[in-house]
Amino acid sequence: MGRIGVVTFPGTLDDRDAARAVRIAGGEAVALWHADADLKGVDAVVLPGGFSYGDYLRAGAISSHAPIMREIVDAAAKGLPVLGICNGFQVLTEAHLLPGSMIKNDHLRFLCREQVLVVENAETAWTRQYAAGERITVPLKNQDGQYVADERTLDELEGEGRVVFRYDGWNPNGSRRGIAGVCNAAGNVVGLMPHPEHATEAGFGPDGAKGPRTGTDGLRFFTSVLTSLVGAA
Amino acid sequence: MGRVVVDVMPKPEILDPQGKAVAGSLPRLGFGQFVGVRQGKRFELEVDGDVTQEHLDAAREAGVQVLSNPVIEDVVAVYEDAQGTQVDA
Repeated sequence: MGRIGVVTFPGTLDDRDAARAVRIAGGEAVALWHADADLKGVDAVVLPGGFSYGDYLRAGAISSHAPIMREIVDAAAKGLPVLGICNGFQVLTEAHLLPGSMIKNDHLRFLCREQVLVVENAETAWTRQYAAGERITVPLKNQDGQYVADERTLDELEGEGRVVFRYDGWNPNGSRRGIAGVCNAAGNVVGLMPHPEHATEAGFGPDGAKGPRTGTDGLRFFTSVLTSLVGAA
Repeated sequence: MGRVVVDVMPKPEILDPQGKAVAGSLPRLGFGQFVGVRQGKRFELEVDGDVTQEHLDAAREAGVQVLSNPVIEDVVAVYEDAQGTQVDA
């Protein structure tokens, strides 16, 4: 069984939901603490959402220097699958594992909604069980969700197929080119603003085809990585 | 006690949503003469004794590495706070 670490920083909110998503997908969730330089031998890592350090300085900025992040940066270079969700995505950009950055939503408001995403890259460690072009619905909830990068970086991301998710239809925060999530060149590090971990169990997710709150479109993030681990072993 | 000031601003090409919101509020309060606002950050770094060139160099380095994110922000000024704005007590 794949062991997936879930990191808790001071101010992390969604670590328990992320751990639960891992268990629902059939993996073992391992709690990791920001101040410990110890990955406990996990096979993959999730940086969950929240407001680590109250978003002081910049969202994710202070967390990106935590002792556990040095371990994650080293391990990611060797191929460890890493998923950053929302604040976790912000931490990954501040740690230079992913390009670009997030600034305040263009409309300046905190936004919480069920968001339709287009899966653009179904070949990363975290998206293998999706189909390219597939539309999935997961919650989106943030204030600093506007993805920005310079034009050269954006062209590079597009050219290399590293835009992993795009917002479908209306752009909810002004993100450049409607980008909701990106990956590194190797495809083992993925970050996105919306929350797949909140759409993994019927009864607690977004509305789905089978009725209210039946949506579980986020589950395949976690089954994808668990399958990747089996494939690598 | 010496003090070094580091000023950080959003890059010119980055739309500054906060500055835009402030700009929108000014005319409503009678300040119609300002046609644009950009909002940045000011950091005050305190050192023991007088501010030296080494302090200024280190402050610029900290500005680039930690206090700003070069993707979205620029360190626009690093200088000694010669006015010596004193902290109370």
